[in-house]
Amino acid sequence: MKEYLPILIVFIFVAGFAVTNVILAYLIGQHKNTRAKLMPYECGMDPVGTARQRFSVKFYLVAMLFILFDIEAIFLVPWAVVFKDLIYKLSKPFVFIEMMIFIAVLFIGYIYSWRKGLFEWNRA
Amino acid sequence: MSSILESIDFYFILESLIKIAIVFVIGLLSPVGMNWVERRTLALIQNRLGPNRVGPFGLLQSIADGIKFVFKEDIIPLAANRWLYTLAPIVMVIPAFMVTIVYPFGPEIDLPFIGPTKMYVTNFNVGLLYVLAMTSLGVYGIILAGWGSNSKYSLLGGLRSSAQVISYELSLSLALVGAMLQSGSLDLVKIVENQSGWGGMQWHIFMFQPLGFIIYLISAIAETNRVPFDLPEAETELVGGFHTEYSSSLKFAMLFMAEYVNMLTVAVLATVVFLGGWNGPFVKDFPVLGLLYFFIKISFFMFLYIWLRGTLPRFRYDQLMNFGWKVLLPLALINIVISAVIGLIVY
Repeated sequence: MKEYLPILIVFIFVAGFAVTNVILAYLIGQHKNTRAKLMPYECGMDPVGTARQRFSVKFYLVAMLFILFDIEAIFLVPWAVVFKDLIYKLSKPFVFIEMMIFIAVLFIGYIYSWRKGLFEWNRA
Repeated sequence: MSSILESIDFYFILESLIKIAIVFVIGLLSPVGMNWVERRTLALIQNRLGPNRVGPFGLLQSIADGIKFVFKEDIIPLAANRWLYTLAPIVMVIPAFMVTIVYPFGPEIDLPFIGPTKMYVTNFNVGLLYVLAMTSLGVYGIILAGWGSNSKYSLLGGLRSSAQVISYELSLSLALVGAMLQSGSLDLVKIVENQSGWGGMQWHIFMFQPLGFIIYLISAIAETNRVPFDLPEAETELVGGFHTEYSSSLKFAMLFMAEYVNMLTVAVLATVVFLGGWNGPFVKDFPVLGLLYFFIKISFFMFLYIWLRGTLPRFRYDQLMNFGWKVLLPLALINIVISAVIGLIVY
């Protein structure tokens, strides 16, 4: 387990560095606040409305698709890692065909979401 | 309690502390150096001089910029959510630098006075997954910065950036699965050692992963928000994207640093997984050469980034998403199938 210890050390190291930077930025710089300086940037005009607006549901769908496909990708990883070993231990076609079925199912889901128009960004 | 203390190897902790310090300095200095090279090279491409006043050839320009960052006023916009606005740079810097500990710079080298030393801080059997996990965490910093600034440009930039990063991360990790089939390990050092055949030239890019390498390269450029996929920061329409409100203080410097270290990380990953890491001719006899090869390969990727930035125009957003989901993703899946078929024939 000791090879994982540097992760903890580097986390403390970097977190300390990052927090110090933020505090330094607050301490060293001057503070002369004016109304125009603290406004959200909008090309020099007074901001119109609020930035907390609704945004396209496409982003939300992309995030959901990402979760689905990323989990599928994670399922592929252990198979890929033991592929060489299993080929010697088990029969060749078994290791191969089993995962091809998995990828085929994944592909059907992918084509379904394509046909449903999830990837059509130019449509509203 | 005492048994836990005894089980911790203090020599190991000391060694990793020193190595972490060295790697940390490399991580801190690489944005400085890369920034200078980038500005000079872009200037060459665009037939102008670039920064040449501070120090010889303008070498100290980036350091001067860094000092200026420190002394700039630290502004928190009134509309912004103070906590999220401050948290975002921290959240972005931490995972970016945490990856640096698994960079395998070179093989075990016999250093004078110290003895055989491994040229990496640590190495564990889920190294590749660790890198992927840490680089994914960068999205949180982007979305926090975009949302916390409470400015329309930042929000749009943050949303675009996070959607783009997660879309291309899929093809990136799927492209790596192909290489895992060839190497049979997630351990970065084992992956490199697996490519040491043919006098150090049996790289995964030649051993049946050329398609995987191309997919990885394109996704990596998109993942780090560089030209031609730099829509999140499109200066001409979004004025900088998610870091619009971070006027040039240390917080901006942190976002900037995190981006450059992320670029370094994907370049290291490409080198390790596809281009044989430190492997090359004569490395077995002269291990020091390994460090040089590693540096050359990384520099090639860094130059590629700059070259593309000087050459290509920007994608439109729908083109970008279409390309990621409709071209790269199926290609990456096909690449896995091809790799598996080749594996069946060869092994």
